[in-house]
Amino acid sequence: MTAAVLSLTLLGLTLGLLLGIAGKRLAVEDNADVAEIEALLPGTNCGQCGYPGCAGAAAAIAEGAAAVTCCPPGGKAVAAAIAEKLGVCVDLSGMAGSEPQLALVAEDLCVGCCRCIRSCPTDAILGAPKQIHNVLKEACTGCAACIDECPTEAIQMAPVPVTLAHWVMPRPAPA
Amino acid sequence: MGLMERFFGFSWGVHPEDHKRPAADVPARHMPMPEHLYISLAQHLGAPALPAALVGQRVRKGELLAHPQGPVSAAIHAPTSGVIVAIGEIPAPHPSGLPVLAVTLAADGLDAWTDLEPCADPFALDPEEINHRVAQAGVVGMGGATFPSALKLSGSKKAGVATLILNGGECEPYLSCDDRLMRDAAADIVDGIRIMLHATGAREALVGIEENKPEAILSMREAAAAFGEVRVCPVPARYPMGSEKQLALVLTGKEIPAGRLPADIGVVVHNVGTAKAVSEAIRLGRPLITRLLTVNGSMVNAPGNILAPVGALVEDVLRFAGGLAGTPTRLVMGGPMMGLSLPHPRVPVVKGTSGILALSAAEAAESAPAPCIRCASCVRACPVGLLPLEMARHIAAEDLEGAVDLGLKDCIACGCCAYVCPARIPLVQYFGHAKGSLAAEERARMRTEATRKMAEARKTRLEAEAREKAEAAARRKAERAAKAALEKAKAEAEAASSQTASQDAPQTTPQAAQTEGSSAS
Repeated sequence: MTAAVLSLTLLGLTLGLLLGIAGKRLAVEDNADVAEIEALLPGTNCGQCGYPGCAGAAAAIAEGAAAVTCCPPGGKAVAAAIAEKLGVCVDLSGMAGSEPQLALVAEDLCVGCCRCIRSCPTDAILGAPKQIHNVLKEACTGCAACIDECPTEAIQMAPVPVTLAHWVMPRPAPA
Repeated sequence: MGLMERFFGFSWGVHPEDHKRPAADVPARHMPMPEHLYISLAQHLGAPALPAALVGQRVRKGELLAHPQGPVSAAIHAPTSGVIVAIGEIPAPHPSGLPVLAVTLAADGLDAWTDLEPCADPFALDPEEINHRVAQAGVVGMGGATFPSALKLSGSKKAGVATLILNGGECEPYLSCDDRLMRDAAADIVDGIRIMLHATGAREALVGIEENKPEAILSMREAAAAFGEVRVCPVPARYPMGSEKQLALVLTGKEIPAGRLPADIGVVVHNVGTAKAVSEAIRLGRPLITRLLTVNGSMVNAPGNILAPVGALVEDVLRFAGGLAGTPTRLVMGGPMMGLSLPHPRVPVVKGTSGILALSAAEAAESAPAPCIRCASCVRACPVGLLPLEMARHIAAEDLEGAVDLGLKDCIACGCCAYVCPARIPLVQYFGHAKGSLAAEERARMRTEATRKMAEARKTRLEAEAREKAEAAARRKAERAAKAALEKAKAEAEAASSQTASQDAPQTTPQAAQTEGSSAS
């Protein structure tokens, strides 16, 4: 009886110690950058970057597998913020083609199926069964998650229109 | 005035040829009401106003057309009586030519006033009541910045401002509407100043007028003679004397620190036109629906000052002013230094339109920019002590942060640097571009934050829905179980009653089962 208790206790202690040491020695370092980059991303998990959600994209950016400019809904602002965080230089002028976009519902094609509503990561689509849906401009991030859901191809992406409040004076041509 | 200025002259600003006369000496003309008025809903600083009238509605002169919306906004009123024919987008008086929401009013020619609320003794009113009435009248800063005046008045009262500064500087070349107003309506302006003193609790008012307007100085001195608290102070003619920072510095000797407000040095600056608008709003109850503006430039046949209704097209105003002598090289709303270049004349006059200039090729003097030779003329001219050449260099290289570090946010966009630049570099355009880009970046950042919040809200909603669904399923299951138990008990009771038909109280068991079932759910 005593021998059994002693041997099991000893075994337990030794193995526990070994596990403890192994845990310290072989610890996989959690990349703090990943969490910080994820905090900068929009968090809609739209998948436009080609990675599984914003956490996946953050990991890829931290590893260097993805460019800091990989987030289309985030645009230049997010790219600049991540570049600053990582301390890398990035040419943002190449992002001109990826200006923020907006989903628009063609009212003559919408059949009111509600599929797009379920797919929207920010609840930006308004509608009810058999009623024409509409997109709330202020809430749409242009992630295009709704495009493939629509059975009648009634949703199209369009660039965010420039308004008086958003107009920026053009930069003069250099001398 | 500071010691340095007193002994060595001004170290800032420029002295452009003023081109104010002969337009300033021609008596002001009253423009007849055009057939259609296009009243922009975004003619003040802050959020656009919210339409309060409907298409097809008949309105009288002075009736409310749009409510202020949000903390910084102003009310908008009908400049004449008529019918609202449309509420929609029209080209904005802006270099971009982008659309702006506007109310289109077809004048009925009667020009019938709505019921107004005049006040014989404004000094018996509470300061809050004055602010309220000024806000109701939709009065905004008439100098061009169009900040809602009621907010400025209440802010000064809260900050305990001691000195009210009236801006009669009108340092922009070509413009003379403030000059004309001070010559013709000095009594109204002084009355408005006294009402503003009452509303803000300030002790004295200093009226700064540039020395190149002797008639206005004389007229204002006469009107203010009876009131010791209102002092008329001639100031040297130098651009940009009409900038509030410069005028406050010259009149009080105190400099407004970078990134701060005039209230931080105990002053508040209002335009003389605003004082007249306040007087009219309080004494007569009249909202701000007309404004005096200067039509000038060598392409204008009969330059002068015109009292135009808000919403009249620039085209109509120019036609009334005698038409143009040809196609102007540049059509400008406001002054030549800070005004906005208009893409075409089919845009409406707004509350902040101080002038319409039709400039010839010689006046516009456009030429291609040459490389910077680092002569630093712009550094000497800058009234706020910045380094325009360095800031422009950073902005040209898309280094906005570098420009901000050099003080971009203190730039008042006066245009002195571009005016003196021998290489004709459009410096102000660089700064305008940088300020716009910074604002856009800020908006994008806020948008990302809002997106994250919305995504989180959706997640919580989906979780709550799933939980509710699970709970409902559990409830249904419990109900089904209770029902089954009830039926079982009933069957048992029936069996028991058939066995002992003579005994009482067969009901108790099912009742007990039912209470058990409901408590379980």
